[in-house]
Formats: sequence, C-alpha cells, structure tokens
Amino acid sequence: MPDMDASFLALPARELADAALGRARELGAEHADFRLERIRTGVLQLRDAKLDSSSDSEDLGLAVRVVHDGAWGFASDIARTPEAARQLAEQAVATAKVSRVLSDDPVTLAPEPTYPDATWVSSYDVDPFDIPEADRVARLADLSERLMSADGVDHVDALLMHVLENKFYADTAGTTTTQQRVRLHPQFTAVHVDRGAGKFYSMRTIAAPAGRGWEYLTGTGWDFDTEIAELPELLAEHVKAPSVEAGSYDLVIHPSNLWLTIHESIGHATELDRALGYEAAYAGTSFARYELLNKLKYGSGVMNVVGDRTVEHGLATVGYDDEGVQTQQFDIVRDGTLVGYQLNRQMAQAKGFGRSNGCAFGDSPGHIPLQRMANVSLQAASDGPSTDELISGVQRGIYVVGDRSWSIDMQRYNFQFTGQRFYKIENGKLAGQLKDVAYQATTTDFWGSLEAVGGPDTYVLGGAFNCGKGQPGQVAAVSHGCPATLFRGVNVLNTVAEGGR
Amino acid sequence: MAAIQDFVEQALQQSTVDGCVVVASESTETNLRWANNSLTTNGQMTSRSVTVISVAGQSAGVVTRSVSTADELADLVKASEAAARDAAPADDFAPLVSPYEVSDDWDADPATTSVQVFERFAPELGAAFKQAGKNGRLLFGFAEHQMTSTFVGSSTGLRRRFDQPNGRLELNGKSDDYTRSAWAGVHTRDFSDVDLDAAVEQLNTRLDWAATSLELPAGRYETILPPGPVADLMIYAYWTGSARDAEEGRNVFAGPNGTTRIGEQLSPLPLTLRSNPAEPGLECAPFEIVTASEGGLQSVFDNGAPVSATSWIEDGVLANLIRARAWATKTGAEPRHFTTNLMLDGNGTASLDEMIASTERGLLLTCLWYIREVDPQTLLLTGLTRDGVYLVENGQVRGAVNNFRFNESPVDLLGRITEVGRTEHTLPREWNDYFTRTAMPAVRVPDFNMSTVSQAS
Repeated sequence: MPDMDASFLALPARELADAALGRARELGAEHADFRLERIRTGVLQLRDAKLDSSSDSEDLGLAVRVVHDGAWGFASDIARTPEAARQLAEQAVATAKVSRVLSDDPVTLAPEPTYPDATWVSSYDVDPFDIPEADRVARLADLSERLMSADGVDHVDALLMHVLENKFYADTAGTTTTQQRVRLHPQFTAVHVDRGAGKFYSMRTIAAPAGRGWEYLTGTGWDFDTEIAELPELLAEHVKAPSVEAGSYDLVIHPSNLWLTIHESIGHATELDRALGYEAAYAGTSFARYELLNKLKYGSGVMNVVGDRTVEHGLATVGYDDEGVQTQQFDIVRDGTLVGYQLNRQMAQAKGFGRSNGCAFGDSPGHIPLQRMANVSLQAASDGPSTDELISGVQRGIYVVGDRSWSIDMQRYNFQFTGQRFYKIENGKLAGQLKDVAYQATTTDFWGSLEAVGGPDTYVLGGAFNCGKGQPGQVAAVSHGCPATLFRGVNVLNTVAEGGR
Repeated sequence: MAAIQDFVEQALQQSTVDGCVVVASESTETNLRWANNSLTTNGQMTSRSVTVISVAGQSAGVVTRSVSTADELADLVKASEAAARDAAPADDFAPLVSPYEVSDDWDADPATTSVQVFERFAPELGAAFKQAGKNGRLLFGFAEHQMTSTFVGSSTGLRRRFDQPNGRLELNGKSDDYTRSAWAGVHTRDFSDVDLDAAVEQLNTRLDWAATSLELPAGRYETILPPGPVADLMIYAYWTGSARDAEEGRNVFAGPNGTTRIGEQLSPLPLTLRSNPAEPGLECAPFEIVTASEGGLQSVFDNGAPVSATSWIEDGVLANLIRARAWATKTGAEPRHFTTNLMLDGNGTASLDEMIASTERGLLLTCLWYIREVDPQTLLLTGLTRDGVYLVENGQVRGAVNNFRFNESPVDLLGRITEVGRTEHTLPREWNDYFTRTAMPAVRVPDFNMSTVSQAS
C-alpha cells in the first residue's frame, strides 16, 4: 500500500474537526460531520504531439454538515483555522434553521458502527504527480508521434487527466477516517481528414480510466503500445467502411461499449434518490420506482448486477463513504429482477433498509455529499462463452466496440448510443467494419433481449471521470465492469440518415 | 487572510522567470434546493483560487491552488516556475498581453453574496409549496446565486478585475402522480427581478394543458422551439466553433480543400448570432480569463486580452469563428475570443403565444435534455424533449403528447427555420451549469426530426 501523502497528514485535521464538531454540539445539532479535503488534478493535452495545455489544480477546503432540529445545514470555506471551523459550524446550523421552516420530514440517519481512526489508500503503484511533467509529456508525445507517423492519420489528440484525492472525515458519533485515492485517464484520438471532400473521421483508444497510477501508462493493466500500433489500421478501415442499413440486428457488445449503457440504464436508474424524486428537476427520476423493488423484471434471467465500492482499481472504490459508512458490495439485479438500490444513510433509514450501502459522496469540500454511484457492474457467467463463441451464434448482427455518443431520457427509458467501431456479423463471423451506427432501445426491452453473458475471461472494467449529478452540479468518477454480451433484435439507426432531411 | 489583490502583487513580485500572469478569484455562493414541496438541501460556500502562469521561453507552467497564507503563495509561485522550466514549448504560445487603459476598480473589496439574496424569494417559495400542496401539485427546483470577483495581473503591468454575478432559478412542477410535468427557468443577476408567482402561474397553465394526454408516433413534425431549447442548441454550435479545428478540416465549420465555411449562407433568414460583454442584463467579463488552455478555444497566454463584441453569424452568413491569439497570428487573422454570453436575433416580433396562435398543426416544446454529439461531421446532436410537448392545432393547444428522442444538427436547423419570434433573455436548460447568459427567439422548424418515442413523462 502506498503511503498517505505527508503534506496532507501535516494539515491540522483533528484540531479543525474538534472545533467544528464541538461547536455544532454546543448549538444542539443531533449529528454533525466534518470533511477536510484536498483534491489535486493534473491535465495534459497534446495536439499533434505538441503540448497544448498543462494544468495542475488543487482544491483544498473544509466542510461542515449538520442535522439540526431534523433539518440539514451545510457550509464550506477555505480558511483552515479552528475559529473558521467553529464559524462554519455556526453557519451550517443557521442554514439548517432556514431549511427547517421549508421542509416537512425530519432527517434521521441509519445507524452505522463507528470507525475511530480508520485509514484507507487505493491500490496503485506510482502517483502520476511523482513523475516529472517532462516525462509524462514525453510518454504522451512518443505515443502521439507513433500515431502521427502512420498512413492516413492527419491529427492526433492526446489527453491525460490524473487525480490525487485526500479526504479526512470525522463525525459526532466518533468515526474518523483518512483516505487517499489515485486515478488517471489517458486517451488518444487519431483523426483522418479528407480535405478534398471536406470530411473527417476519428477513432480513439478504448483504454478505460482506472483507479491506478502512472504504471497504467507503462504496461500494468493496459497495453497502450499495442493499442496505439493497431489504431491507424482500424481507422483506415473505418474510413472506407460501408454505411449501415438501419433496422433490427443482433448485437454482440464489447465491455468497452457496454459499460456506458450499464452506467446510464442501470447505474442511474437504481439510485434511490432519483426513484424518490430528489433529482426530479435536474438529473431526473427513474422508471425503476421504489414500489417495484423485488417485482420489476429488469432484464432476462442471465442478468445479474451488483453495486460495489470495494473492487480493486474501481473509480468509485473507497474504504468509507462521506457519511462514515464502510463500503460494501450489494445486489441490484438478481436473475433479471430489481432487488436493490444505491443508498445513503438518510434514505436507508427512511425506507427501512436498516443500513446504508455506502454511496454518499461529495465531489469537493465545497459540495454537500449526495447519493452517488457505486461501481455498478454486470456479472460474468462462471462458465460463460468467449466473445468468438457469442459471435458464432449470430446470423445477421453487429459487433460493437468502444463508447462514443450517449444519451438517455430523464426516467431512463429511451437511450441511444454509438461506438468507436462496428463490425458486421454474417453467419457467425465478422465481415468487416460498418459505420454510421447508433443503437437505440428502451431499457427493459434491451436488457430483456440479453441472451448470453460471456465468461470471466471477457470481463473488463470500464468507466468515466465525468458523471454529473445534483445542483449545484457535482462530478464523480465511476467504473462499470461487464463481460462480452449478446443481445437479440436491437433497433439500429443510420446516423447519416438521421441527420438528412 | 490577506486581500486577494495583495496575493496577486506578491506572486508577481516573487516571479523570477520571463513572464508571469496571476489569475485570482474569490467566489461566494448560496443556494436552495427543493423536491416534493419541501426544501432538501441548502448551503453557503466560499472559495478562493489563485492560478499562477509562469512563462519560461515559450513554455508555461500553470498551477492553481486554494491559497490562504503567504507561505502557500510562495510555494505556488515556485511550483509554477518549476513546471514552466520543465515544460515543453507550448503550442499556443503568444506574448503576454501588454497593459492598456482600463477603468476597473482594482482595489475595491471582492464582491460577495449571501443567503440574504433570498430574503424575499425564500418566503415566497414557502407559500408556493403550500399552495401547490393544496392544488395536488408538487414543486421541485433549485435557486442559486453566485458572485465571483476575478483579478488578472501580469508581469507586463496589466491589471484587470471583474465582478460576475450569476443567478438562476429552475422550477419544475408536477401533478402529484408524476404523470404531468412542466418547467420554467430564469437567469438573474441578483434575484430582485425574479417573479416566482409568474413562474408558478406558467407551470400551472402548462400542467392544465396536460390534462388532455395524446400519443403521437415518431416522425418529422412542424415544431416551435421556445427560446430556451434554441439557446441549448446554439451554445453547442458556438462551443464547436474553433477556427483552428475548422481550418484543420476537423469540425462542422470546415469546408473542402482547407477552407472554412466562413462566408457561407447558413440560413436564408437574417439571423445574427453574437456575443457582447456589455450586453445589458447579460454582462460578462470584457477580457479573457483563462486558468487552463482549451484546445483551439482559449489560451492561458491570452489572459487579460480585451474581449469585444463579435458577430459569429451575420444576416444568416457565418462570419467568425473562435480564434485564440497564437492561432490568429499563425493564420494572419484577428483574434476572436470566447465570450460567456450568446444572443440570437432574427428581427422577429412575434411572442410565443402569437406563434402558437398562427400554427395550423405542430408541436410546442418546453425543453431539450441530455444533448450529446452523435456525428461531428454534421454536428448531429441527439437528446430528449422534456417537461412538456404540446400538440397545437388551429392556433390552440390541444393537449400534451409523449416525449421524443430527437436527432438534429443545430447548423443544419439554421437553414430550415421558417419563422423567428422576438428575442428575449432565457435560461438554457441543458447547459445552465456552465452557460447562463443568453437571449434567443422562439423559432419554427417545419420538419424537426423526432426520431423515436420516449416513455418518460
């Protein structure tokens, strides 16, 4: 386990927490929690192998949240003195009093054991901030130049985002946690420009963002050298590929595409705050209404989905959530039926779940913790087929690789996705790339058409840094694992025809 | 803590490299959020960030920290200089902006906001909850007020300062069985002009319209897009308008053989799409504020550069694309800076009600939602209708119809608009986390592509 960052440990976290929580107690708060957070984000962007943007930003601040007279209050600031911490507690109580007048149901929190002095560090080898910027740029430039030198590649965009997140949490029940997470997202896009025709085409790497360190770019967990070597030929084939004929197709979907469909059509749909209407004006609600728990047929019998904040290298993986709840793995869909939701302590208590499953998260010291997504993943079949075996079972279909465009409605029914590349399947075999493909479905129809999930060898953890939710808007990173899958009879659109008149 | 202006001066004094720009901002925010006729969360936040951009040769070191002490500031300057010395030459390098005459009040305290901004609004909201409850209706929404003071100081001697207020109200009303939904949104500088009663009244009218529920299949429909959805579509086209991308042949504004579409008639109507930092009620910073370069759109080297009024489309013709200074120098063109307001005007005079009244058969939208790019070549976007699609027949609203997924390109739409209403201030629904200052007309499109039906209500 890497060491906790010494400069974060040097901050007077406990002194500030004692000041804030003590003042909240004096003012009669039933519950108070304190966070001291430091989030450091590095972004490098190269354009045609030249450095286009480099930034290194750090957000450091403290937050106090209280339940006072049954109402939430929250305040945050950047001043790190005990006096400022006490004032924050006062401000939080003052905002709770404003809330009290305008809110009905008193807030109570589901019980949770206390964890005095717990620490947790994510699983990685090298914090990318420990690699000199020149070396980070050199690796990105080298991979970019390899792409640039290939036939048919006119432009290359490279992006590396990496984050070091440190969080200290303390609450009036006695839990104190200190945690550290590292994650990174490298991405390369090759662009072909047909200047005569005024047309352009692009394809990007399918490597997922991961809860890993710099080692991810040098061979651990992903082979970027091989992916970069293969990309130009894949792009060239894409440029020449025929346009798809719209209609119904069987789809074999690679995890690099399906993770995003899981995110949108299962991850968000099984957030209990959405089902209860808290997000109705913004992110939306859910077709998976609370009264359908243990009844809704979400998909076919081979569909098993878990929420998991403990999986190694997961972007939503952490030891304890932002309400001091130890993280867990829990069932969401079992044998095709909805059996669980993602929870925080307030909802777990209100709906009688007994205990929260640890899904509270605030993206920065300036934001109140919301129920945010666990790593929601589709489980592989222990003796399931390989990708080739799935393809061999399809007469007329499309094999979908890599995510690209995504959109779903505010109750998570109607979605439409595109991808990085699409292969025609004819009589059980791949028969070259197609382009202009989008697949569109209603969530339960789509998952109902899931005929087979692949074996553990086909399982890949995908994910994103940029899941948005809440007002004021918050951003969270989350992973989704899945095996290769076979869906029967999915509606495929031709995106050029969609844009025609 | 020290005054933020002192931090800017101290950082510049400590700089030992070829050039230095400091962008410092202090921000306060207050917000209320509610659901099911009850407040759910509220908060007050204060934040401060200092970005030091050190320039060594043609390389930049860009480091941002939430600085609160002189020692932290000194560390920040050192980190930025180390990054600059370590960095490869920047592709967007341009000489730092020289001083010019300004009338900013550099020394005044940062502007702030507090929960007092809701003094009138909060009790009105409480009364609205009670009334909605009596009427079998539910209110959801969010009210936010932010004030950000930004100070840009440069080793060239340039000093600029701007105070940006930003407020928004989003109000969503539903029937208590959640089957009907309506939305209203307002951009405001200080909440003094927010008329909550009028917004609630608008929701009630729309929820009454939805008493009749109709089902329509996917297809192309004559459609009236109100100002908000027009704003969401135009903002996407604007964000995509990098001159560099177009000249490299890689966005919708690229033409054949290395040309761009500048000069092309995008619309037969006299449409003007423009930005102007001095637009009344929609004022934004009249100079560049950039804490990280953004490929082809904004450059840290351009900090403090004056931002003037620009027409992106003039009389239906594409007139300008966004052009940072380095790319402008390379291409022998004038810089055109990204500006945080956007206005579309087509000399229309009709109100939305008048456009409804003159409709024989068509759809009236409320909002577009979850807008994402499907095909960058044509800028084909997809997304959903949300919170009210109404069928209009013979000038009257007949009832609410199901939601749809659309597939449309805003650039292509410009060429197909047949009527433009009067321009008014509007709050975009999809992008108001990032972009709030817009004025748009309602428009009529004869053949809007409602690609598939959504069961969402």
